[in-house]
Amino acid sequence: MDKEVTLMKGNEAIAHAAIRCGCDGYFGYPITPQSEVLETLAAEKPWETTGMVVLQAESEVASINMVYGGAGTGKKVMTSSSSPGVSLMQEGISYMAGAELPCLVVNVSRGGPGLGTIQPSQADYFQTVKGGGHGDYRLITLAPASVQEMADFVDLAFELAFRYRNPAMILSDGAIGQMMEKVVLPPFKPRRTEEEIMKECPWATTGRKGMRKPNIITSLELRSEEMEKINIRIQSKYREIEAKEVRFEEYMTGDADYLIVAFGSAARISKKVISIAREQGLKVGLLRPITLWPFPSKRIAELASKVKGILSLEINAGQMVEDIRMAVEGKTPVEWYGRLGGIIPEPEEVVAQLKKLFI
Amino acid sequence: MTQEIIISGFGGQGVLSMGKILAYAGLMEDKEVTWMPAYGPEQRGGTANVTVIVSDEPVSSPILSSFDTAIVLNQPSLEKFEPKVKPGGTLIYDSYGINVPPTRKDINVYCIDAMDTAAQMNMIKVFNMMVLGGLLKIHPVVSLESVLKALRKTLPERHHNLIPMNEEALRTGMSIIKPA
Repeated sequence: MDKEVTLMKGNEAIAHAAIRCGCDGYFGYPITPQSEVLETLAAEKPWETTGMVVLQAESEVASINMVYGGAGTGKKVMTSSSSPGVSLMQEGISYMAGAELPCLVVNVSRGGPGLGTIQPSQADYFQTVKGGGHGDYRLITLAPASVQEMADFVDLAFELAFRYRNPAMILSDGAIGQMMEKVVLPPFKPRRTEEEIMKECPWATTGRKGMRKPNIITSLELRSEEMEKINIRIQSKYREIEAKEVRFEEYMTGDADYLIVAFGSAARISKKVISIAREQGLKVGLLRPITLWPFPSKRIAELASKVKGILSLEINAGQMVEDIRMAVEGKTPVEWYGRLGGIIPEPEEVVAQLKKLFI
Repeated sequence: MTQEIIISGFGGQGVLSMGKILAYAGLMEDKEVTWMPAYGPEQRGGTANVTVIVSDEPVSSPILSSFDTAIVLNQPSLEKFEPKVKPGGTLIYDSYGINVPPTRKDINVYCIDAMDTAAQMNMIKVFNMMVLGGLLKIHPVVSLESVLKALRKTLPERHHNLIPMNEEALRTGMSIIKPA
């Protein structure tokens, strides 16, 4: 029964995966194109089965602060939204990074800036990987490219968030959120017991019962010398994440003369671009960053020395291209192509651009 | 084999659910499927379209510039998608919503009078299944049995009494589609 193949939207997969991975609480507020996450959770009523709390908060600001509260007690808690809603959550995300709290935030992004459009976009790349909130922090960021990965990355994001005591983000977009594909849902994991949480999260405010010193969850430290030490510790954690947690997929890079770097739905488009280009005798490959932070800079630099040009295909005005150029250090020409405002580039259009830019 | 299909018409015609049943039927046959709606602030009477890809291999892009088959159920959809059918591909249209018929000679054009037939048979609610039947006659992307299985799977049990009517619509669609 657990292994049953089913057909569902990316947003629905997020909700089912959350219930199945033992999530303790979801706090969110509806917004297109991610509302099916909350809708599916409401329909599934996990509070009657696993005991998972599902709450529609009064706003995105309230949602992320409820997540902060839940995370402070060591619970596996999450929220989801789309671009304008995620902007509202940035203060809370920065506070959680500062207080070193694990959580999952899902962004099914749409075109901006401002209220923008409800169509798919990847224009929240900068916000996500460069810190949409204030302060020197980083967000572990996973970019799913299929409905299956929407399901699989929920558990992975929680695992990474707890391992490093840091918020994790699933950065998706309206296309992956709204489309239906085959998915095998992950097996059920029970929610952790209070005892397990106390053991695994000795930092959490679980109630000390006279057994230990009080745990304090805060991002505030007014003594600069102490605050610098905290920052240095957090930074060394980030270096460890950069060393250990880079994830990417390579597709037909072996003999490639040109490389496309693309994530999420742009990576799906790229695979079609590659098959059209190869029919025309153009050897193109794909590197798909699965983690946007930490970014696969090292592998991109290695591939850069083997190809004649790199195209960053993004559904935005050129954001990830900056990280690619930084990785490549001028060794190979790096160009960008994308569409804006909720328009998704079509495969033939990208093939034409590839030829125009490099040949 | 991969079939890249666009289904387009007015919101309320059952375009999205037709695509969903087709995708589900593909799933029943253990094929790879992707259902990608042009979602938006659409409403009854507005435009709606959905891309359905049924394949023996993993599906790459859910966003396509050209299609093996286009099913168009109104004039704006015809104008938008006739040029996007691959040469040698298939265009299916319902003459009810079409004033200016398709003109391309390098594609196979079929006409299905599903709207009129469904109205005569008092089966307007399963108009979309009639169109789907037409598609399956031209391109047996999935079997009729798989479509019926998909209907049983996706319709809530209280609506299972409607499955025979859906089957009649599918079979009628198969018999009324003709080259244009």
